[in-house]
Amino acid sequence: MTYGDKTAVDGLSLSVASGSITAVLGPNGAGKTTTLETCEGYRRPQQGTVRVLGLDPIADRKRLLPRIGVMLQGQGAWSGVRAMEMLRHIARLHAHPLDIDLLAERLGLGECGRTPYRRLSGGQQQRLGLAMALVGRPELVFVDEPTAGMDPQGRRTTWELLRELRADGVTVVLTTHYLEEAEELADQVHIIDRGRMIASGTPLELTRGPGNGMSATATVRLVVTKPFPPGARDSLREALGEDTEVILLDERSMRVTGRADPTTLAKVSRWCEENDVLPESLTLGRRSLEDVFLDLTGGLTLTDGVEHV
Amino acid sequence: MSEVTTGTFTPKPGSAPLPRQVIAQALMEAKLMLRNGEQLLLAVVIPVMVLIGGVTAGNAIDLDLGTDRPLVDLLTPGVLALAIMSTSFTSLAIATGFERRYGVIKRLGASPLPRIGLLAGKVLALGCVQLVQLFVIGAVGQLLGWTPAAGFGTVLAFFLAIAMGTLAFASLGLFVAGVLRAEATLAAANLIYLLLLAGGAVVLPLTAYGSFGDVARWLPSGALGEAVRTAFLDGVPAWRDLGVLLIWALLGSTLTARTFKWE
Repeated sequence: MTYGDKTAVDGLSLSVASGSITAVLGPNGAGKTTTLETCEGYRRPQQGTVRVLGLDPIADRKRLLPRIGVMLQGQGAWSGVRAMEMLRHIARLHAHPLDIDLLAERLGLGECGRTPYRRLSGGQQQRLGLAMALVGRPELVFVDEPTAGMDPQGRRTTWELLRELRADGVTVVLTTHYLEEAEELADQVHIIDRGRMIASGTPLELTRGPGNGMSATATVRLVVTKPFPPGARDSLREALGEDTEVILLDERSMRVTGRADPTTLAKVSRWCEENDVLPESLTLGRRSLEDVFLDLTGGLTLTDGVEHV
Repeated sequence: MSEVTTGTFTPKPGSAPLPRQVIAQALMEAKLMLRNGEQLLLAVVIPVMVLIGGVTAGNAIDLDLGTDRPLVDLLTPGVLALAIMSTSFTSLAIATGFERRYGVIKRLGASPLPRIGLLAGKVLALGCVQLVQLFVIGAVGQLLGWTPAAGFGTVLAFFLAIAMGTLAFASLGLFVAGVLRAEATLAAANLIYLLLLAGGAVVLPLTAYGSFGDVARWLPSGALGEAVRTAFLDGVPAWRDLGVLLIWALLGSTLTARTFKWE
């Protein structure tokens, strides 16, 4: 199953293996939704070809639609409809729908009761959206930001469900701007930014280190108790030597990437002492997807409130 | 991948047969329409009030509409025409406008329901609501002493009037819903309804409008009103008025086909 060359965005080329979870990761406006909507047949690619389950999403729409499940980003139900009514309705359009009571129980939709859709919480609306995508027993589901607006528990439940789908042989393509979500769930991660694919691989491949072969890369994170003095970034780089890169994440945290040797941590520690800054935490570890993303986009963060610990 | 396979979600895709999808869609839409307070007001309450108020007040002041027929025999078909118009035009336009706004049409666009099925479901839903309207308004008319022409001709003529009126008004309603935003659709659909109610020769016969009647008979409201009145007063189809409705239906469908966006 390939999505061939897809240019509704900008020369994006990716393919998805069946029975896997693929995450399309990127900041808002990166072209995630456009990519998905082109696969779902809502948009006609201006150039290139898209094939979903071997079918053209526009020309073979009628044959394709029963086989895919779609979770849109928000809305998609009558304002006065009750959650179970809506789910039952979508189920009736399919030949072999799932048992809607079971699905409702799995997604905690029972709590919605007789409340009309417009008065459901954001998380409830999201869960109903996911249920509608799954009820027709599709081979492939496209879920657009499935956990946006969900509380941590809802997010966990959703992740479990998506993993169970994969175990049952359903292919899942999801977009997200939560790095954690991609890292937790995905077999393959495609990072896109401004309509272009900037990296792809398994979470492990992506976090192992930049490029090929440079395996001895380490990431040091330094968080201090008060703002760094001016020029701190340059002086730390000087202290560590040529092969390192220092990024100021915010006024109290820095990230160092580069060749690590047994003296690296000691050097950072000594630098703190010399510059009269007190470390709150100083850690050495593998890069996270977030680091990968920072490297690729030159310090641009995915969301405004990313935490650095 | 350490998850246990339960088989719950094992793919088994497929569309329900189209007729079943259309019926599901129609029942859903009809249910939502009848449950919505404003829609119900428009569909049933206002027509019944117009009928009772019109007959009572008209009889009290000895209203002269330029014919010798009993007032209730003129007004009941007129109010039925009004009800058909309110459902096919105003309710449909408003509902569709908000369906576009809330992404319902987009959502259904990703379901097995094809567009033709969605359209058929909408028409069938209108039919369901109109059946309720016919039952309620007919019963109130009976209580007020309405005596429609009996026989097969009446049934045929009324059916043709409903069918052509629904086609004409529904295509115009979809046109409005397709070009305006949801709030603007709400305002425009209600305003047009009120204007046609007052001056469109739908409830009152053309003869009540004097020389303006010559204009009003070319309006979809006037044509529908006359077609329903002719059906119940004379028991025959009003071919000329049905023709006018057909022209409006063609016009509305063409405009809708050219402008309507599903999202």
